[in-house]
Amino acid sequence: MKQFSDLISAIEITNKTNAKIDALVHYFSTAPDKDKLWLIALFTGKRPSRPVKTTLMKEWCMELTNISEWLFLESYSTVGDLGETLALLLPEPTYNLDLSLNEWMTQLKALKPKSDEEKKAFVLKAWRGLEQQERLIFNKLIGGSFRIGVSKKTLVNALAKLTNIDANQLMHSIIGNWEVHSIAFEELVHGKHINYDNSKPYPFCLAYALEKNLSELGEPDDWMVEQKWDGIRGQIVKRNNEIYIWSRGEELVTKQFPELVEAMSNFKNDFVIDGEILAMKDNDILLFNDLQKRLNRKNVTKKLLEEVPIGFKAYDILEYNGNDLRELPFEERRRRLEFMFNLLALPEHIELSFLVDFKDWKELYTIRDNSRTINSEGLMLKQKKSPYHTGRKKGDWWKWKLDPLTIDAVMIYAQKGSGRRSSKYTDYTFAVKKDDALVTVAKAYSGLTDKEITEISQWVNKNAIEKFGPVRTVKPELVFEIAFEGIALSKRHKSGVALRFPRISRWRRDKPVDEIDTIETVKQLITAP
Amino acid sequence: MSKEKQLIKFTKKGIFCPKGKFYLDPWYPVDYAIISHGHADHARWGMKRYLCTDDSKAILQHRLGADISIESIPYDASLTINGVKVSFHPAGHVIGSAQIRLEYKGYIVVFSGDYKTQPDFISTPFEPIKCNTFITESTFGLPIYNWKSENTLQNQLQSWVKTNQANNRTSVFLGYSLGKAQRLMSILDGCDEIYVHRAIHNLNEAIFSSGIELPETKLWSADLDKKTLQNKIIIAPPALLGSRMLKRIPNVATAICSGWMQIRGNRRWQAVDAGFVVSDHADWNGLISTVKATEAQQVYVTHGSQAVFSKYLNEIGIKADELKTEYGDEALAKAEKETENIETK
Repeated sequence: MKQFSDLISAIEITNKTNAKIDALVHYFSTAPDKDKLWLIALFTGKRPSRPVKTTLMKEWCMELTNISEWLFLESYSTVGDLGETLALLLPEPTYNLDLSLNEWMTQLKALKPKSDEEKKAFVLKAWRGLEQQERLIFNKLIGGSFRIGVSKKTLVNALAKLTNIDANQLMHSIIGNWEVHSIAFEELVHGKHINYDNSKPYPFCLAYALEKNLSELGEPDDWMVEQKWDGIRGQIVKRNNEIYIWSRGEELVTKQFPELVEAMSNFKNDFVIDGEILAMKDNDILLFNDLQKRLNRKNVTKKLLEEVPIGFKAYDILEYNGNDLRELPFEERRRRLEFMFNLLALPEHIELSFLVDFKDWKELYTIRDNSRTINSEGLMLKQKKSPYHTGRKKGDWWKWKLDPLTIDAVMIYAQKGSGRRSSKYTDYTFAVKKDDALVTVAKAYSGLTDKEITEISQWVNKNAIEKFGPVRTVKPELVFEIAFEGIALSKRHKSGVALRFPRISRWRRDKPVDEIDTIETVKQLITAP
Repeated sequence: MSKEKQLIKFTKKGIFCPKGKFYLDPWYPVDYAIISHGHADHARWGMKRYLCTDDSKAILQHRLGADISIESIPYDASLTINGVKVSFHPAGHVIGSAQIRLEYKGYIVVFSGDYKTQPDFISTPFEPIKCNTFITESTFGLPIYNWKSENTLQNQLQSWVKTNQANNRTSVFLGYSLGKAQRLMSILDGCDEIYVHRAIHNLNEAIFSSGIELPETKLWSADLDKKTLQNKIIIAPPALLGSRMLKRIPNVATAICSGWMQIRGNRRWQAVDAGFVVSDHADWNGLISTVKATEAQQVYVTHGSQAVFSKYLNEIGIKADELKTEYGDEALAKAEKETENIETK
């Protein structure tokens, strides 16, 4: 496992994507065939199910080290990662166990049906024979995620660099159906098990943010306007009865949205359409936070399907029955898209993204201001004659987003992050005034620089009320400006409001706590639909 | 008044000895300060009189000014101040670092300052002192912190340098000027030419002038030809990370050397190429074995994991309380930077 361990060390120490790719390329050019396949499996969610419960591993470690539970938990909350905590607490190895990644994975797979006693004997033997870093990896192989910033896309880019095969094809290959034991590495990367012709996507056409006055765009009549929905941009490819969904990040996300696949199978013909994947329930578009619950799941449970149903708003059509339509004017593509959608009775929430009806530019200002009430982030302006460009091109498509809303709130809780952020307090809870007390309005963990985070972490260390456990209540002293995209009344939140995509826009060192917003002023931001 | 209370009192200015009328490592100006070691969070500016070990004297003069009023005595020698017997004992933390032992009418208090129990190649080795009351640091007071031996560290660091050289890269180690720098010099001695930042260079000169031998190093100055440094070793204070001076050297590999590097999250937080676990503080087992060896009936736990470590000590039957002080890593980082007035631009 030395080779794999070195790879993980090399990847986790750097935050440069190119360095990660180089480390992966090195591994792919030197590791045994099966080990390479396991690496791909591990980083694409194809890992076998957890053979040993983490609670058992924790118990065995406490027993071995004679550490009481509170001290174990205190260690855990400092480290921020269970596999790593175990690796650090366990005593030095007494012998040297050297197995390949494939041998470990094979043994772990075989461990699953065994008794707890047998599992314990196996795990303890492994712990005794591995160095700290290898032990950490062993613990991760059992169940954790590595959190070292290797996305499917990074993996694919490394494979592309190694093999010169098209990255999207590689994406389809590694996501496709394959098993470590029944395929060779060469077969996998060359896509022996897939038919890439069926899934091949087009590069997305992207828009720039509008940087001039609307009047400078020319005649309103030359433009078509849509809402800018805030979900995940997706391309749905249907060819020869196979359906694929690509995200804008060029990942295949088909399995995450079974209801979309089912809905698309209603269409008889083949096509490639572009649109927005959204969480939609009844007549509402749900918050992006809700949509996030559906992302990157290995299994989509029935409960989750009911709680966060997925919808799709179609923007564009790129291919129909094998014909590339991208050079047609947008106006014409839109007509064909409407025709295709109007022909069928589709399930709820699978629909066209409606065109905004407007006569002059002035009218659009009012329409944009109201976008927030329907959970849209603003408007998209598309030149009627525009082709579907490859990538980002200035002039034909513009996004015209709403400015975020902001409030001033005070930090009341801080929590450590995970992965690279596990050593710092990076996740904060913010409150505004409610009468003489404070009420929580938002949680946010982005928007600050590393330097600010370090400074805040030190402040938290000094000003925390609790001494134990992962969450720190702090003196309400630090004031932040919180930006968000929308706000709605909510019964699920104690404050009575839910903020959409809150993040920290800046640290208001200049502002004293008694000048933060009150819940009343926050509620005034809600515009009636 | 109990015997302990005659010897130590915890005040806003620092740990005070009422009987002896002096302070131990005070953080505000006082008349008489007894100093455990030269780090900026322990040896502060503005005391009317200082007392320290012989090995610390030059360091304090270098950092606080040649004109300070300062006396020193060797390790294990003693001095009686207003009836209190005061002596210094090796703390193994940095050159000259000491535990401070106070004795009055048979009652003994030991203030650990900062200490490290594992021997290294450069500091006078730590020895636990029997006492009634022990004031201990707890920087790394969690069972996840256990250090490797100095030889293992030496292998790790030297092989990293060799890998860098094979890839045509200059190895840069970041660590505090006092303590970490000299320790890294001793670990890397003989590996290749070592260049040190001016702050370290000047401190080394001061240490050398007091008769302590150090491995040979060269001054890393801004006007050095880039080619001279190629594939060599540089040791610099942490404040240099991201500085223009460092960016001017092509092909560097940077490593942070600190006990905090034990945790992956900490290693990954900084944009560096490696994090090595090199600590000048006692690890978990070091803290426990020391506390036990002192046979103290009362332990006070200062800077670091004081809540956890004192709770643990009580759990194993040793009476311990938390003690809030102005020492510690964050204070140190800030104070060291100010003391040395390091130009990072």
